Amino acid sequence: MIKFFLMVNKQGQTRLSKYYEHVEINKRTLLETEVIKSCLSRSNEQCSFIEYKDFKLIYRQYAALFIVVGVNDTENEMAIYEFIHNFVEVLDDYFSRVGTRVRALGQEDPTCHGAKPVHHNY
Amino acid sequence: MVASSSLLKLQDLIQEIREAKTQAQEREVIQKECAHIRASFRDGDPLHRHRQLAKLLYVHLLGYPAHFGQMECLKLIASPRFTDKRLGYLGAMLLLDERQDAHLLITNSIKNDLSQGIQAVQGLALCTLSATGSAEMCRDLATEVEKLLLQPSAYVRKKAVLTAVHMIRKVPELSNIFLPPCAQLLHEHHHGILLGTITLITELCERSPAALKHFRKMVPQLVHILRTLVTTGYSTEHSISGVSDPFLQVQILRLLRILGRNHEESSETMNDLLAQVATNTDTSRNAGNAVLFETVLTIMDIRSAAGLRVLAVNILGRFLLNSDRNIRYVALTSLLRLVQSDHSAVQRHRPTVVECLREPDVSLSRRALELSLALVNSSNVQAMTQELQGFLESCPPDLQADCASGILLAAERFAPTKRWHIDTTLRVLMTAGTHVRDDAVANLTQLIGGAQELHAYSVRRLYSALAEDISQQPLVQVATWCIGEYGDLLLEGSCEETEPLQVEEEEVLALLERVLQSHMSLPATRGYALTALVKLSTRLRGDNNRIRQVVSIYSSCLDVELQQRAVEYNTLFRKYDHMRAAILEKIPLVERGSSQVDEEAKESKETAQLSEAAPVPTEPEASKLLDLLDLLDGPSGDAQHPPPLDPTPGGALIHLLNLPCAPPPPAPIPHLRVFEREGLQLDLSFVRPPGTPTLLLITVTATNTSGGDVTHFICQAAVPKSFQLQLQAPSGDTVPAQGGLPMTQLLRILNPKKAPLRLKLRLTYNHFGQSVQEIFEVNNLPVETWQ
Repeated sequence: MIKFFLMVNKQGQTRLSKYYEHVEINKRTLLETEVIKSCLSRSNEQCSFIEYKDFKLIYRQYAALFIVVGVNDTENEMAIYEFIHNFVEVLDDYFSRVGTRVRALGQEDPTCHGAKPVHHNY
Repeated sequence: MVASSSLLKLQDLIQEIREAKTQAQEREVIQKECAHIRASFRDGDPLHRHRQLAKLLYVHLLGYPAHFGQMECLKLIASPRFTDKRLGYLGAMLLLDERQDAHLLITNSIKNDLSQGIQAVQGLALCTLSATGSAEMCRDLATEVEKLLLQPSAYVRKKAVLTAVHMIRKVPELSNIFLPPCAQLLHEHHHGILLGTITLITELCERSPAALKHFRKMVPQLVHILRTLVTTGYSTEHSISGVSDPFLQVQILRLLRILGRNHEESSETMNDLLAQVATNTDTSRNAGNAVLFETVLTIMDIRSAAGLRVLAVNILGRFLLNSDRNIRYVALTSLLRLVQSDHSAVQRHRPTVVECLREPDVSLSRRALELSLALVNSSNVQAMTQELQGFLESCPPDLQADCASGILLAAERFAPTKRWHIDTTLRVLMTAGTHVRDDAVANLTQLIGGAQELHAYSVRRLYSALAEDISQQPLVQVATWCIGEYGDLLLEGSCEETEPLQVEEEEVLALLERVLQSHMSLPATRGYALTALVKLSTRLRGDNNRIRQVVSIYSSCLDVELQQRAVEYNTLFRKYDHMRAAILEKIPLVERGSSQVDEEAKESKETAQLSEAAPVPTEPEASKLLDLLDLLDGPSGDAQHPPPLDPTPGGALIHLLNLPCAPPPPAPIPHLRVFEREGLQLDLSFVRPPGTPTLLLITVTATNTSGGDVTHFICQAAVPKSFQLQLQAPSGDTVPAQGGLPMTQLLRILNPKKAPLRLKLRLTYNHFGQSVQEIFEVNNLPVETWQ
């Protein structure tokens, strides 16, 4: 089961966060900082899966943006890896149909205003 | 002015915020806007409420507080206009969570919207419900959602299924409502609904065993669905890198795994399909590999045929060769899980696994290490150890400890020859000495001690290693011990197995002194070095001045342990020089585990025994006793030795540790009164411990019924040559008057030849101001004492 879904930029700021299980606000910030730290410190040589407490983190980098998904033990890491890419493709498709400015919004600062995640599977 | 800014569109607000150059400026802009929004909410302007809320939501996304918008969300949801509803529901999802009170208030609105019949609105309501529905709301609205599961519109059905999944997670008891529709939903063609249904069924099965049984009947249908997916050709709608809807495939495989676990019949139905998926999936891209991986996981978890399991392991082996390191990661993790149950299948991939040790990514090399250690067996131990030692040299420090202990363990279990074992342990100690476990030193000394033929070889190798590097403490400890024990072998002649090494005595002593003085040496290591030096005093042919000097220097060392040792050794040199040779003889092998003391403790016990001997001069006196008495045949001093080191050192050490004042459970041998004079009585009691037929324990008890104390009481004993006698320390040297606390002393007599026991006692004490000396033989010794 997906526990949380984060989009983080290279400076470490959270651009989007969605939690699928309730987590306290202050715990969220803590979680996000730690997760971001471990993702940003990975080199190109290392694989995309990290073990963090009782989660598994799967991350992908798109230019200046990191997408991190936290899952529990039962998930297939590679399927989630594929899923992240699918999500990004959907965003690209969706926002490119609207005006250029919103597309800039979508790519540079994808706060997903007005759009709910399309693959609401979990 | 105020009116115009309240009509500020969202895009304009965003632009304003973007134009702010600093954080403070941005805050200012936002605060101003929030004030306007708050005012507008207070005024209750229905036309622009949604716009205000939109701005508020944007501000909330940036991280600013927006709680004052919660009631507005409710109002917007209740409004009939779609634009209002849309923003209202969005706001509800973002701003309201279970902890807020306002939450329950939207239940009614949702209920109305669900039964409305307009798809878009129903969709909104379902979305909100599935994202933030609390347990209460779920219970209230479950039946509504169930009705929507069978609606004609696919859009609504899909959202209803997702809501059902959320409800089951929140309130598992609702499963009886959602179980019946599943069968029909499985016939769907729409992938979205199908995917939702599979997830729903998975959740139901995980939470209730009854549901599990119910859905097992659907395995054939699931198999059919998956087969169709795999065999259909390319479809634009669902294909990702050539694989037809990999997400659905993975989900179905996961469900099959849950259904087939521990259930023969279902597993059998799935076998063919799993083989088909495994062979037909295109593995050039990640999507295909994801499906393949899920297949492997399923095969391993259900009761699959043996051939299928081998296929799964081979797939994992193939993954290991893939250039994508993500795939190698999942392959190593899965193989680790399988290595216990399918050992021989995994063995076939051993070379690939060993290759993975060279991964730059630590998480991969760690897994490769664990897997490699699990794959070591007696046929491949030498090759594997070679690889692992290569790894040890280059791996990061946190893995070194695990690697080192893994190698040592494997060496212990599978070593083909002792020499190989010693070599391997030596190499590990030299490479990663600081990271090995504490018992490595003990194990190695044990090993060397036991391999008589390898003493010369070991000591030479250790000497060369030590000469190069004295910083690795475990190595230094073993090396100094060895040099101390087998120093004579080091100096004499050559050994065929190593290169000829000419070592001078002075060099050896110099090396040991260097170890002693080095600031890198631990106190324990210094102790080893000091003892080794002293042992060399008997092994080396030269004179001992240098050694004596070093020892006397250390007798004023600040470290208490070292000081004690040095003082004792000093005493050994001076007062008990005649005993030195025997005390410093080679240590016989200690049984590992039985005495539960390691090398150091053994050393300290030797010194403890030595100190036992020093203040109690019964031992040397006993030999004089024999001379005096001239009763026993041609005694030589050696009859009384082995002093502390007797042939079962383990046993001696244990008894030393126990220092029994009370003897073990008495066998019924009668007591004997052997001496009486002026109120002082001496009794002997005998015990033959059942486990050791040659051992006799005699307790000498001295009681004093007279009016005056007996002081400076010393009792000595002598036995024939074939016996071995050991006197323990007496409980005291004063026997108080008037029947005070008696003094006891334990004698241990070993009678290996089972000869008739003869015992002579010599007493010296002061009584009534006079010093008394008595010598007598004990008569009437019961037969049971020696038979």
